[in-house]
Amino acid sequence: MINEHLPALIIGIPLLAAFATPLISKINDKLRNIFVIGVLGVTLCLVGLLALNVFENGIFVYVMGAKSTGLSLPSGYRMPIRIILEVDGMSILMAIITSIVSFLGAIYSWAFVEKETGKDKYYTLLLLLTAGMFGMEFTGDMFNFFVFLEITSIAACGLIGFRINRGESGEAAFKTMVLYTLGALFVLFAVGILYGQYDALNIATLASRIQYTMLDKIALGLLIAGLAMKAGAVPMHMWVPDAYAEAPAPISLILVVNTQASLYGLFRVLFTLYGVNISTQTVGWIIVILGVLSMFVGVTMALIQSKLKRLIAYGAVSQIGYMLLGVGVGLATLSTPALQEYGIKAMEGSIFHIINDAMYKGLLFLTAGAIIYCTGKRNLNEMSGLAHDMKFTSIFFIIGAGAIAGLPPFNGFASKLIIYESVYKFNPILSVIAILVSILTLAIFVKIFQSAFLGPKLMNVKKEPKSMIFAMLVLSVIVIAFGLFPDVVVDKIVSPAVNALINQMDYIAAILGGT
Amino acid sequence: MIGTLETGHGLWSALYWLLGLAVLSLIVYFIYSFGGKTVKASGDKGKPFLSGNEMVKEETHVKASNIYWGFTETLKSYYSPLKGGHTGNVNDYVSWFIVVLAIVLILAGGL
Repeated sequence: MINEHLPALIIGIPLLAAFATPLISKINDKLRNIFVIGVLGVTLCLVGLLALNVFENGIFVYVMGAKSTGLSLPSGYRMPIRIILEVDGMSILMAIITSIVSFLGAIYSWAFVEKETGKDKYYTLLLLLTAGMFGMEFTGDMFNFFVFLEITSIAACGLIGFRINRGESGEAAFKTMVLYTLGALFVLFAVGILYGQYDALNIATLASRIQYTMLDKIALGLLIAGLAMKAGAVPMHMWVPDAYAEAPAPISLILVVNTQASLYGLFRVLFTLYGVNISTQTVGWIIVILGVLSMFVGVTMALIQSKLKRLIAYGAVSQIGYMLLGVGVGLATLSTPALQEYGIKAMEGSIFHIINDAMYKGLLFLTAGAIIYCTGKRNLNEMSGLAHDMKFTSIFFIIGAGAIAGLPPFNGFASKLIIYESVYKFNPILSVIAILVSILTLAIFVKIFQSAFLGPKLMNVKKEPKSMIFAMLVLSVIVIAFGLFPDVVVDKIVSPAVNALINQMDYIAAILGGT
Repeated sequence: MIGTLETGHGLWSALYWLLGLAVLSLIVYFIYSFGGKTVKASGDKGKPFLSGNEMVKEETHVKASNIYWGFTETLKSYYSPLKGGHTGNVNDYVSWFIVVLAIVLILAGGL
């Protein structure tokens, strides 16, 4: 029974729990925390069940309030008109990341925001953000995608500006809101253009009808710009360091996945909605250039930062570049023999990097949060010798830094190695840039380690709370496990995701075949 | 074998890499054990020493802003416009967004 309704439950449970949270807060704070963690724990289990289902049976189509995906008129005209959720390999990969990160973010938050006021609103927004991300990942409808995109935007901005006693938080939230709103308007405008032409909002239906007219090209441009901005691609990345640096650390962790959900939307649009109809070579190169710019500008800007979370945020921009690079190469080779030769591998590397990035970058933001929590400092110039007191955090930081810099045996190395090798066959210069960026990434994290953790002990430091250590420990274990056994992750999770992206017809047939 | 990843051009196994690292560490330790054991960290030998100046321990820490100073100074011509572009002004954020949209429309749309 539950199995039949998994996609709806995964979105619905955190959504409804979000509205119940302020009420439970009235009873007891501890009960509210247990409730939120419990809800996200249940959601994590449901995502696991759905993943098993998708990996075993293929695409899962769920129709809200009906059995059939569409309506058949007496004339024989059939069309999917209902709210449809479509879960394939790519969607479930994103849902796995979202569920793990949200669950750990809630656990970490227990101690991190314990002394803050307004926690009922904080947890409500956290659950709304989670539900919105699941919605973006599961929806089979362009308008609903826009709606969920907006839910995540509003919740994310609320959380970025959660603490307004520091003026910067409010400013960061405002800037992010301006950019998010403009991006969402572009997406809405594109959806309107597509609906006006094809009388449909369902992604599969649109994909089957799309002609690549001039209006379609304008819609594509709007969608690429809007979603790449929300993913933090350079030069539209400037809100990222503001937002990541000012949000509470567990929220920075979840924001990483929020940007990845937008990246997912971009990939869905490029591969599933437009597919081979577009000039894949041109659009592929646009994505590659955005990727290379993000990698290089992100890492070089990180090098000159002295605020801890701002530095990591620029590093995050740089990592988005790797994901864009590999998928861009995949798109540029789509419908050519090169796809089989190295395009698929490039995409595997990038998609694998998405899951790896969420884990190690999340871990790094949590270690940064632990430092801020224990020292009260945000500026690296004011830190020294933290390894004397924060032994666990030091170890977790080394693991996260090693992974993001692509050092073996951590997970970042495995995905970057696939990207280097496959991209080299496409264009060797791109591969060289990717390796150079990795070296610079190592340099920026050596800078943090040297200035914050090494050196003489200069300040009194609080002890890290257990809930924060637990969240960091789980992410560290995942980073190491994915690094030691990358083949298992690639075979079981990443390959189905890549296949889901490149096999546009399977996605269309899953809906239109059952109309 | 479990743990072996096909990279498209070759194979990667973190388990073998760790095994190699362990063997290398043993060799390094073996050579290290031949080293002299007479160095004492007490007295003057244990004092911090920075560019010929005697300093108290707390002052020897190199701050984050000073790390990579040479690198950023050498690349000043790259960093000056880059930093100048990151104004922190939301109007500029929006401008960059519009510029990218225009370029994407021109390239992808063939306008």
